Amino acid sequence: MSAAIGNTIVSLPDQSTAQIPKRNYINNEHGLLSWLLTGDHKRIAILYLISITFFFFIGGAFAGLIRLELLTPQPDLVAADTYNKFFTMHGVIMVFLFLVPSVPATLGNFLIPIMLGAKDLAFPKINLLSWYLYLAGGGLTLAALVLGGVDTGWTFTTPLSTHYLNTHVITAATAIFIAGFSSIFTGLNFIVTIHRMRCPGMTWFRMPLFVWSHYAASLLMVLGTPVLAITLVLVALERLFNIGVFDPTKGGDPLLFQHLFWFYSHPAVYIMILPGMGVISEVISTFSRKRVFGYTAVAFSSVAIALFGFFVWEHHMFIMGVSNYSALVFSLLTMLVAVPSAIKIFNWAFTLQKGSITFETPMLYAFGFMGLFTIGGLTGVFLGSLGMDIHLTETYFIVAHFHFVMVGGMLMAFLAGVHFWWPKMTGRMYPESLSKLAAVTTFIGFNLTFLPQFILGYLGMPRRYHAYPPEFQVLNVLSTAGATVLGVGYMLPMLYLAWSLKYGAIAGDNPWQATGLEWQIQSPPLTENFVEIPIMDHEAYDYEWLENKTKNEVTTVG
Amino acid sequence: MGLSPVLWQFLVHWLHASALFPAEASGIAPYVDALYFFLVAMTIFGTTFVAILLLVFSVRYRREKNPVATQIEGSTLLEATWTIIPLAIFLVTFVWGALLYFRIYDPPTNAMNIYVVGKQWMWKAEHPGGQHEINALHVPTGKPIQLTMISQDVFHSFSIPDFRIKREVIPGRYSTVWFEATQVGTYHIFCTQYCGTQHSGMVGEVTVMTPGDYKKWLEQSNSGQSLAQNGERLFASMGCNSCHNGTAAARGPSLAGVYGSKLTLTDGRQILVDDAYLRNAILNPSEHVTAGFAPIMPTYQGQISEDGLIDLVEFIKNMQSNYRVQQTLVTATSGEAAPTTPSEGTTETVKP
Repeated sequence: MSAAIGNTIVSLPDQSTAQIPKRNYINNEHGLLSWLLTGDHKRIAILYLISITFFFFIGGAFAGLIRLELLTPQPDLVAADTYNKFFTMHGVIMVFLFLVPSVPATLGNFLIPIMLGAKDLAFPKINLLSWYLYLAGGGLTLAALVLGGVDTGWTFTTPLSTHYLNTHVITAATAIFIAGFSSIFTGLNFIVTIHRMRCPGMTWFRMPLFVWSHYAASLLMVLGTPVLAITLVLVALERLFNIGVFDPTKGGDPLLFQHLFWFYSHPAVYIMILPGMGVISEVISTFSRKRVFGYTAVAFSSVAIALFGFFVWEHHMFIMGVSNYSALVFSLLTMLVAVPSAIKIFNWAFTLQKGSITFETPMLYAFGFMGLFTIGGLTGVFLGSLGMDIHLTETYFIVAHFHFVMVGGMLMAFLAGVHFWWPKMTGRMYPESLSKLAAVTTFIGFNLTFLPQFILGYLGMPRRYHAYPPEFQVLNVLSTAGATVLGVGYMLPMLYLAWSLKYGAIAGDNPWQATGLEWQIQSPPLTENFVEIPIMDHEAYDYEWLENKTKNEVTTVG
Repeated sequence: MGLSPVLWQFLVHWLHASALFPAEASGIAPYVDALYFFLVAMTIFGTTFVAILLLVFSVRYRREKNPVATQIEGSTLLEATWTIIPLAIFLVTFVWGALLYFRIYDPPTNAMNIYVVGKQWMWKAEHPGGQHEINALHVPTGKPIQLTMISQDVFHSFSIPDFRIKREVIPGRYSTVWFEATQVGTYHIFCTQYCGTQHSGMVGEVTVMTPGDYKKWLEQSNSGQSLAQNGERLFASMGCNSCHNGTAAARGPSLAGVYGSKLTLTDGRQILVDDAYLRNAILNPSEHVTAGFAPIMPTYQGQISEDGLIDLVEFIKNMQSNYRVQQTLVTATSGEAAPTTPSEGTTETVKP
């Protein structure tokens, strides 16, 4: 172990003698029912991981079909209605069934109790219920798809969705309504757990930043999602019973829907990105062997994002004839919400300074996140700037912008997290060089897909167009080519992670020499996580504590 | 803009020629582009700065070179720096963007008004002189044009990228946008708000002409009936003139010269009479009763099309006296009903 300083911190146990711990949460009980009726947060996390991966690839398939249609300017692959269903399903599945639950319901579920030194979440049964609600929501979405699809767009704009379409709007809305409760329950569980179940010595400012960012996201889930639920109920009421809420011919207010919808859906963006930011904090710290620079600034910036995130929704409506002066206020607040994200980026960058950096796969994904999220965030400033928004909104510029944040940001963070905690979840390592290739492929494919879309947007190509003027074709071909590369980049992890379940190297307790409580227990963990309740006697990211601990262990053994 | 005009033109021209940049065909376009270039520069600078930080730190502090990390708590000075500098840049963007927004959305008083009705899936433009166009719009250079727009069904959005303007077209309320075209040519009109099956077919072309050509076009496309004249017929046939005729015994307020004035309503509200007010007062009279009058007017919701409403609004707008209203009152025979919408098809130029 004390050989010459290499370019990796990975230290695995001797593979000839090492084995997966005999008793762990995976083999503690057997049979399908033991999984379907489990209250164990780790097993529920795995159930979530499998289900969101399934929906990610369905949503991804629709993205592929969209890009294929846009390869040529003519509407030649599918009919207009079919195309509209494609992008609606892509949006609904990716937003509600992948991005919202991605990090919190999988990694958050798995790690938050362990990071806090607790045996489980506060309400294990509600946690399981939340997964079943997610499945019900997902099932209904698939039902809407199989029965003939829905073509409202994921935004359900009224009165189009209430009176002008005869597709399965109610089915899809019910699906999202139900899936919404799954995210409310997850948020509720996290908030209570973080307040009540921290182990002795685990003060608020000793919690890992991963927990802080989940706390902020949970507040948004609990406060924001009910508004979406109510809005969808109102859409259903107007559609089924002709109650005039949004339709002006029935005395409703067409802009009311926009206000209500974005009151949830803007905070939802932060629900999606904040947990990812938590992953990045952990990964950057571990692979630079350094405490996160400005811990409190990063922690409070999460809370600031959650707070400001509720007061910027009208920036989705600048061109909709809202009062010019309210537009001013919302534009100003939008500029303010950009600042905490900038603070985070700089703190992560300076965490590297004077560190001892290695470049394993999670770190590569984290670097990808920082680059792409910076572009995504700064192009958001274009859209928050009133006069600029007029030209850019509803074009491919906005499509590129939110894909940089959601896919370039969140998905990169998710993959960083999955690779980082894979050895903890499964007890086995993923193949390192193949996964580095996947990380680089994803980064290149992503840029090739979405950078041309910024240019297309400024040229004026509207989003959700089935056919487009021929002068936009070159950029669209580039984008489709990029999507192909991106698709390969996402297929690879799926394949080699599955492979590693059986053939991966045995990881041992702490392959990354990381400081978090989750790394001080066996991999995969016991059902009860800890043999005895830990006592937190040091700050988060205390690498000196870890070093002393390792030294002492060595002396005791020797 | 510190950039010299020559360099600016060269830059924009070169970008446009490479099909990476839209034409600058309106008065506002260069101002929008200036902010855009500023923001692009900000993004490139910001991203490069972060990338350089990552690169330099990765090279200098990689494990081979720096085997032991030095623990650093943080630095209040640095935190303050990277809070204040981005905030300052964002605030500049905010002020710049806000000025531009007001410039794009506040029409000059001398703007020429054209009405636009959006419906699934076409744009219908109505010129005050009665010229109708579908998925097309003819405008002269050098004159501010205001579009007063409304949707007959769902949300649409009227966008001319080469003019850098866009505004949501909303059912049940007028929205406006204005521009001044500077370059002769044809440019795309897009509907940018998803509006159902043929959303991507809801496109058209704006044709910018010299003022002389435009005058010729107006004459050729004349249908013989201006919007106000259509409105006058509608006014008589719907029986509006039986109350709104300005006589001493009239049960409704006189509408002559009402446009642009301040009205006091029975509930004490002071209201500026504009297009939107007139439209609402016709459809929803009980909420817009002028002080001193009884709430006896029935609603016309569902009885007049958006085109008909535009005709009526245009008629009331241009009504200087009640002379003609009273004339029709004397001569009108009740059987002579005017069509509720102006006859279509005679003058419309349909683009394929």
